[in-house]
Amino acid sequence: MSPRAACRLEALGFAEVYDYITGKADWLARALPTEGAGPRPDRVADLLRKDVATADLDQRIADVRPRVDASPYGFALVTGHGGVLLGRLRRAALDGDPAMTAEEVMEPGPSTIRPDTEPAALARRLNDRELTTAVVTDPDGVLLGIVRLADLDHGKP
Amino acid sequence: MTSSIQAHRLRELLAGGAQLVEVLPEAEYREEHLPGAVNIPLKQLDAATARQLDRTRAVVVYCWDGL
Repeated sequence: MSPRAACRLEALGFAEVYDYITGKADWLARALPTEGAGPRPDRVADLLRKDVATADLDQRIADVRPRVDASPYGFALVTGHGGVLLGRLRRAALDGDPAMTAEEVMEPGPSTIRPDTEPAALARRLNDRELTTAVVTDPDGVLLGIVRLADLDHGKP
Repeated sequence: MTSSIQAHRLRELLAGGAQLVEVLPEAEYREEHLPGAVNIPLKQLDAATARQLDRTRAVVVYCWDGL
């Protein structure tokens, strides 16, 4: 629809026309703010928790372990340039040689969801797979936070 | 020729004063739209409705996902 609108505006004499081709779907998948009278669908963006421990690729696991111990979750997430999610560090992986880096012990490519996912649908998926958390990224893979099954079941954090 | 852009370029254009136009039907716009967007549904886009836009500034159009 938007390519036709852009073409129409150019035909009407507008000189500088751009098409945000991925549109509203992409905007919502980035958890960016919106306006409007609603009703607005429920989205896991409203339940995002940003208190998960993160680590750089070259960070020593000895430095990551205390932050995982202090966090409410049993893992840390490894991010690269621009905050792009690259891996997950489970608590058990942090018990090895403290000089090892996050990159050496991480599980690469953890599964993710987008922030515009419907909470009830996510709750069903997590229950089916016996998981308690989901990692949320935007369409570019940038880490936005995590969502807990308990929050999906019981409302906002 | 229209340029297709992604979110980061959209934000640059908006910061530079571009106008944002949602071309979905009015009901969808009323429910939820990008901040600052005006609504000109594709079916109503003509010389008269486009008059509300400033021809001297960039215009960015969007729908749901480009289809």
